[in-house]
Amino acid sequence: MSGKYQITAGFLPLLDSALLAAAREQGFAEAEGIQLHLVRENSWASIRDRLAVGHFDAAHMLAPMPIACNLGLTPLAAETIAPMALGLGGNAVTVSLDLWRAMQDAGAPGDLDPLRTGEALAAVISARENGGGDRLLRFGVVHPHSGHNYELRYWLAACGIDPERQIEIVVLPPPVMANAMRAGHIDGYCVGEPWNTAAVAKGVGRIVTVKAAIWKSSPEKVLGVTRVWAEQNPDALTALLRALYRAAEWCGAPGNRRDLTRILAGTGYIDCPEEWLMPALSGAVEVARGDVVTVSDFFVPHANAATFPWKSHALWFYSQMARWGQIDASVAHEDIARNTYRPDLYRAALRDLGAALPGANAKVEGALATPTPVGSAGASLTLGPDGFFDGAIFDPDQVSAYLDSQRHR
Amino acid sequence: MRGAPLTILVIDENRPRASIIEAGLREAGHQNVTIVHDVTGIAARIAALQPDVIVIDLENPNRDMLENMFQLSRAVKRPIAMFVDRSDMASIEAAVDAGVSAYVVDGLKKERVKPILDMAIVRFNAFSRMARELEEARTELENRKLVERAKGILMKSRGLSEADAYALLRKTAMNQNRKISEIAQSLVTAAGLLGPGDD
Repeated sequence: MSGKYQITAGFLPLLDSALLAAAREQGFAEAEGIQLHLVRENSWASIRDRLAVGHFDAAHMLAPMPIACNLGLTPLAAETIAPMALGLGGNAVTVSLDLWRAMQDAGAPGDLDPLRTGEALAAVISARENGGGDRLLRFGVVHPHSGHNYELRYWLAACGIDPERQIEIVVLPPPVMANAMRAGHIDGYCVGEPWNTAAVAKGVGRIVTVKAAIWKSSPEKVLGVTRVWAEQNPDALTALLRALYRAAEWCGAPGNRRDLTRILAGTGYIDCPEEWLMPALSGAVEVARGDVVTVSDFFVPHANAATFPWKSHALWFYSQMARWGQIDASVAHEDIARNTYRPDLYRAALRDLGAALPGANAKVEGALATPTPVGSAGASLTLGPDGFFDGAIFDPDQVSAYLDSQRHR
Repeated sequence: MRGAPLTILVIDENRPRASIIEAGLREAGHQNVTIVHDVTGIAARIAALQPDVIVIDLENPNRDMLENMFQLSRAVKRPIAMFVDRSDMASIEAAVDAGVSAYVVDGLKKERVKPILDMAIVRFNAFSRMARELEEARTELENRKLVERAKGILMKSRGLSEADAYALLRKTAMNQNRKISEIAQSLVTAAGLLGPGDD
């Protein structure tokens, strides 16, 4: 059975490459007849290029990236689809200790609450503007088409900060964020784990809020494959989705956390101290040295349909691309975004695994305030809570109304 | 602007490779070539240089940052696109295979830029081949040293001649379907564990 399918996949050294790593290291790929070859990359650009020319059959991708590719926003790209998500959450916003002290003086609570923390940041920014002389605060994100960029901007905007004018957003590779902050090049950043915990461990920053609080149950990475590869290799794709689903189950079981951190800390994967990986998995987030805040849904690899590629997620990313001027809003663009995520392929591959399959392809984001049983095929399924911290609702059938509401805020 | 000399920026952390590219560009008659090894302060450099063509090694971890900068009109006056022509898939594949990416300002004629990319691809490939050969030579040398040490251990511990020691290593390797250097490595490791005297 072994090696019926040869699949090469690219990934970046981030906690949410966990599903791919576990699929290989725990034998889930092999059990599906896949010889899974994983290649660590240095940049999302490299992942995109190597997927486009066929070096990679599949890749760990920023969830908005396949949409950006299909909308022609990237310098090079093949038509890319996302047949599966690789978990929910996993990011945080970290600021320098200097900025944290100023935020604390302005009333930041230290409990990761996005609204009060953001209001404190807004007060700091106002004071700097009134004082004159200070440069704009500078925040790092990993890519313009990333969950990090959009959730940072969403958070700031909802707290009354104009991310286009009142701060500067720069792009940096995740592993260098903490050192860039130590050197004073940036004042804060939004990035996936373990690169927030790295700043705390190095004593250069404090985690001030998390993706799981800004938008509960929100998407972060997807499995990206080219449409052509998916069409030419339907059986290999099915096998890969099944292996990744099993890997997600394994990653989501608390008893496997220690083994998962050991795998991911290895030199072939993230190559970092094991203890940097535990906070995101256990939810005991060390926001500053010795100061732990519990975020039980910090990173969700499996529960709550965490690997289902919701079209509403794709459309929300598209809405933010339009909101921040990366793309013109149009029905045609909206269709491209919607068609990039492929829940049909996900369902077809996992139907006979007994997986919990949502009955719908899209959901109203922010409609579920509490965990709610929903219609599903296979195992029973609970979704949510899935709200935005500011209480706004995203209805995937009302994208232009949503954009209007954001424009007038 | 048709015949105006092109301004070319090469961003490569690998100094020897950057020099090889630079030499190739100068040989091809390009005089306005700038080499950058470290991307600190790159935005200001790009704003000052206004390059027509930017060549970057594919593995550069700062490519996301650089691409983002190319797309922001604040940093560059003219938008910069990747590769010579998005429809020229053969060139794109050759470039990615070689590990090079090239960015070109919008509107620049394809035939003016294509030779630059082709040259970069050839030189990147030549450099990889050279690095690989160097690595192979180094490994070969290390393997030979290992075999020498393993022979010495066998000669000393089992009283074999040098030729017999080598024959034993070779036979063991053949029987186990492994390389002689692997058997030698095992023997050297084992001897290190067992005997405090040797080595």
